[in-house]
Amino acid sequence: MSISTYGHVNEQELKNHATKERRILLGLTYPAVFCVITVMVIPVAWLFYLSFIGSDGNFSLEHYQRMLDSKSYARIFLMTFKVSLLTTVICICIGYPLAYFLSQLPARVANICMLSVLLPFWTSLLVRTYSWLVLLQRKGIINQAGMDMGFWDEPLKLVHNLSGTLIGMVHIMLPFLILPLYASMKSIPQDYMKASSNLGATPTQSFWQVFFPLSLPGLMAGSLIVFILSLGFFVTPAILGGGKVIMVAMQITNNIELFYDWGAASALGVVLLVMTFGILFIASKLVRLDNVLGGGH
Amino acid sequence: MNWFKKSASETQITHGQRLWLYITASTIMFLLVVPTLIVIPMSFSASQYLEFPPKDWSFRWYESYFSSNAWMSATATSLKAGLFTMLVATPIGVIASYGLHVSSHRAARLVYMLLITPIMIPVILIGIGSFYIYVQIGLVNTMFGLVVAHTILALPLVLIVVTSAFKSFDMGQEQAARSLGASRFTAFMTVTLPQIRFSVITAALLAFLTSFDEVIVAMFISGGDNATLTKNMFNALRDQIDPTIASISTIMIIVSTTLVIITQIFGKGKGVK
Repeated sequence: MSISTYGHVNEQELKNHATKERRILLGLTYPAVFCVITVMVIPVAWLFYLSFIGSDGNFSLEHYQRMLDSKSYARIFLMTFKVSLLTTVICICIGYPLAYFLSQLPARVANICMLSVLLPFWTSLLVRTYSWLVLLQRKGIINQAGMDMGFWDEPLKLVHNLSGTLIGMVHIMLPFLILPLYASMKSIPQDYMKASSNLGATPTQSFWQVFFPLSLPGLMAGSLIVFILSLGFFVTPAILGGGKVIMVAMQITNNIELFYDWGAASALGVVLLVMTFGILFIASKLVRLDNVLGGGH
Repeated sequence: MNWFKKSASETQITHGQRLWLYITASTIMFLLVVPTLIVIPMSFSASQYLEFPPKDWSFRWYESYFSSNAWMSATATSLKAGLFTMLVATPIGVIASYGLHVSSHRAARLVYMLLITPIMIPVILIGIGSFYIYVQIGLVNTMFGLVVAHTILALPLVLIVVTSAFKSFDMGQEQAARSLGASRFTAFMTVTLPQIRFSVITAALLAFLTSFDEVIVAMFISGGDNATLTKNMFNALRDQIDPTIASISTIMIIVSTTLVIITQIFGKGKGVK
């Protein structure tokens, strides 16, 4: 046996060994994969199936048909989009200046100021929704203070409506916008700003022509997270909306808890899921999703 | 007033010109923090109508919380579920993350995407989906079912935190240990794990908080003796403003703040962004 054939066999063996090892290492993910498949993949596939089963037990598109026909469903989807879009836009208007401010601070001060974003981020959303309910109610602090200072005479209706929902949602979503945006602003080299100023740009020009475009990927990533999370939101509109703000997730719950109508609930769920993935897919063409997934938490 | 004329950045803009930014940013920071913490002073109010500042102080809402069997049992459920979720999600998340990092298998990227999906899809789907399946196999209102569902919600966070730790870790060290005769397991336990421990602790605490704060899935699949604190709070909030919730909220804020402080101390700035 010549050395070359021996070497060949050895090489083949090594290759087999490497393949086997890759497979074993991938096997380390099985417990996690098993959980995700049992509690997420199978149930969601089941909902998908249920959404196509009519009341007579056969294949039917009736749930989807009803969604197209019914005015109330159209209203719910419209409301969901409206709330999500408004939340995102308000978050951008409020979050951008704060992220910019934080990015300009010296590291130590920035870390302290950052706590103002992290503290609400880590606090239960139920607790924060409750706080807003207390603050905004008829006899709440804001109404009291406003009347004491003479801004308005009658208690304003601040909660159990759209504005209350938006206030609560913006407060909850703001950290999700600020954190990725801040990270992307921090990665903009200071030299670029110096260079543009050296070339004669005023601070305003440097900001709009150099800094702002470079911060756009972070802004996109943050807005995307806020929008996607808002689409499926449930707790805050349910408590602060007072029944006037019905979003898709709430209608799904109603269909199950009140009417026990799994078909309708599933169909709504499927549409919500398709919308979410559709937006993620379009967004993945515009921004790198890795940034989004790494920056959110 | 020299500070106003001082340059705030290298582009010659002065602090004075940036005053509007400082005012705006301070207002926003105020609006982020104060509504989060306002329930703390209010929880000590003696009145039924949570005023601020409270006219009379009392512990009556804490008494009403601690003397209620329903709230106490819900708190115990939430703590247990959080602890078990942490103990399940952390190890399986860490080994999955390790497997994906070292295996160059073609499917690795796909598996990563699958394990990350639970934070991308609307939670309500996991809520009703798991409810539907649990009804068939009798897992509704059980601690086991709750922990499994919370585990998949916590997995993506564990995976993101730990994977980013692996990415900044020099795997050559583990290879060196193995070439010196250590098995892969020994090398991982004695060389790699100790060096990524801060990320693992952060991931574990995130897993705990994910479960402890979770409302929607718990709303569907927890109940009876195993109803969680958040489920009961949510139901109470839909009906009326019960000031007991203020005392519970205060305790929840203390729990999460303590956890953040722990991660900051352990992480030494390496905590999650």
